[in-house]
Amino acid sequence: MTVLHPSSASSAHLAVEAVSKHYPGQTALETVSLHVERGRYVVLLGPSGSGKTTLLSLIGGFTMPSSGIIRIGGQDVTDLPPAKRPTTTVFQDYALFPHMTVAANIEFGLKLRGLKADARKARVATMLELVGLGQHGERSIQALSGGQRQRVALARALAVKPEILLLDEPLGALDLALRRQMQDELHRIQRQMNRTFVHVTHDQEEAMALADLIVVMSHGRIEDMGPPRRVYLRPATRFAATFMGESTQIEGRIHGQDGQSITLETEIGLLRGMAAPSSGAMTDSPADTQGRIWRTGDKAVAIIRPENIRTAPESGQAMGQALVYETVFQGNYVRVFARSETGQTFVLHSPAREVPASGSTITPHALMDDITIVPAQED
Amino acid sequence: MNTSQKRGAGGWKQLACKGLTAAYMAACFCFIFAPVAVLVLFSFQDGRLPVPPFHGPTLHWYAQALANDRLLSAMGHSFLVGAGSAFLSVVLGFLAAYGLARYRFRGQTLVRSILVLPMAVSYLIVGMGLLVMASWLNIAPSLWLVCISHVVINMPLAFAICSAQFNPAQVRMEMAAGDLGASLPRVLLQITVPMMAPALSAAFILCFTLSWDEFLTAFLLSRFDITLPVAIWGLLRGGLNPQTNAIGSMVFFGAAALALGAEYLMFRKKSS
Repeated sequence: MTVLHPSSASSAHLAVEAVSKHYPGQTALETVSLHVERGRYVVLLGPSGSGKTTLLSLIGGFTMPSSGIIRIGGQDVTDLPPAKRPTTTVFQDYALFPHMTVAANIEFGLKLRGLKADARKARVATMLELVGLGQHGERSIQALSGGQRQRVALARALAVKPEILLLDEPLGALDLALRRQMQDELHRIQRQMNRTFVHVTHDQEEAMALADLIVVMSHGRIEDMGPPRRVYLRPATRFAATFMGESTQIEGRIHGQDGQSITLETEIGLLRGMAAPSSGAMTDSPADTQGRIWRTGDKAVAIIRPENIRTAPESGQAMGQALVYETVFQGNYVRVFARSETGQTFVLHSPAREVPASGSTITPHALMDDITIVPAQED
Repeated sequence: MNTSQKRGAGGWKQLACKGLTAAYMAACFCFIFAPVAVLVLFSFQDGRLPVPPFHGPTLHWYAQALANDRLLSAMGHSFLVGAGSAFLSVVLGFLAAYGLARYRFRGQTLVRSILVLPMAVSYLIVGMGLLVMASWLNIAPSLWLVCISHVVINMPLAFAICSAQFNPAQVRMEMAAGDLGASLPRVLLQITVPMMAPALSAAFILCFTLSWDEFLTAFLLSRFDITLPVAIWGLLRGGLNPQTNAIGSMVFFGAAALALGAEYLMFRKKSS
């Protein structure tokens, strides 16, 4: 799996090229480019107003871009209406047709494609089976639970064999347990159908559970994109680091660079970490992280995930002393919050049986490999 | 002991309150329905004048009304005008409401206001305006003109009813249908209209009822073929006659049944 650069864009299944969307007085998307291979599960992740839903709506054809081109399977679809695009959408509120049965909902798109009655019936049965609603074909929509409606919406959208399935916060209305279950099912169905899925969410756990490729968005731009593991452990920007989960963030200035390792000068001393990759990097190997230029004296931030901070000596670089001021029990681990004399806060995960007491002093340690240095954002 | 006394006094007060409320409600209904009740009662009058005293029941006047060709043909005309104008009003009102609900454009509020404005214009003005225009265009008064005037009067109502029933969830259903490959006419016919069916039927029935009842423009704009209210007016000019009571009773019960039907459809829509 490699990121496709514009030169090889023709082989991308979905290509979004320098797309912008402006509304009077505001910019929803600013020169966004995205290339996705066939059969990938892409998750657009970001807070509300980040432009993720606008991007999905542009791919689906419900919104026209102000500039830029969208290609699906090499074909320029920028000017095509939704009906003419090889995409279908699962809407946030499912948008099922309330006056039709479950089977009629799924059959709707098939009828429009002129399938014979026998073929339609067989296809509807297959789809019902796929989403685990085999016996519910003749039910009315009103008689279904939220989770079942979600499945019908999925079956209806997939029945017409779209090249790309678009999902707009499809699990937002479900409770936590059901959401987990549907995540697993979505994953299974995507593998089984081997189609490209583009899924919008603001839940980073959902994104990590589902995605082959996470696209982190903010203020109409792509902040970072890559496989979940890379984006979580080696984020490209401070925003991506913050949005993907908790972290300890230590501000400082670039002191020196040695290949991919960077030394940061901070209030708690010199700290060595790994240079952040550029957005779009699929791995954190040197080849993917060489894009950036680091100048001595530039402001930068060290990002450390809570599970990578240890309190035992000889587990990497010591980061001064800190006073524990709060511990939060989470079941299989405890979140520990500590603050140094300089005001630097640390958050770390500690096994439940060896939790430092509130008021005690700890010495946080981290390995160079577990520290990512990202440029400080001036905003 | 003490508490039970208190409860007793409270109980009396409550009862008195309930009694007053009930009496007030009865008085209201009496005020509204007494004239109708009198009309219906004297349609069974066994005598030549529909005034007290009541001489005992007979169906004679109903038989006479139903044997009156002029009344029956007027009823037929009213039915045609009512159904035709209601159908046109609902189609036009629905399409206008759809356009305004689904598309954003400059001057939208103005268009909306102009659409509902005829509600505030008196029937007399509508009728006279159409009459002037028709004579200007050399069109003779006819049932067609009556039908047009009823569309003018009722379309704003149909528009308002349809407008109130559009919601964002429906927009997404229409988007979903379009996404699956449906053209706009197909989306309208297979998704929007079935979803709006209760509102559309309610609007149709209301428009029909109003058209069925309407006298002023029907009087101004018809000549040889007349509608039922105009025919009744003609009968009344010859003096009071239990036959008019009989025809009035039949019209009343017909209209009441339709109005109840419309209410039922709207209510069912809201509760579901």
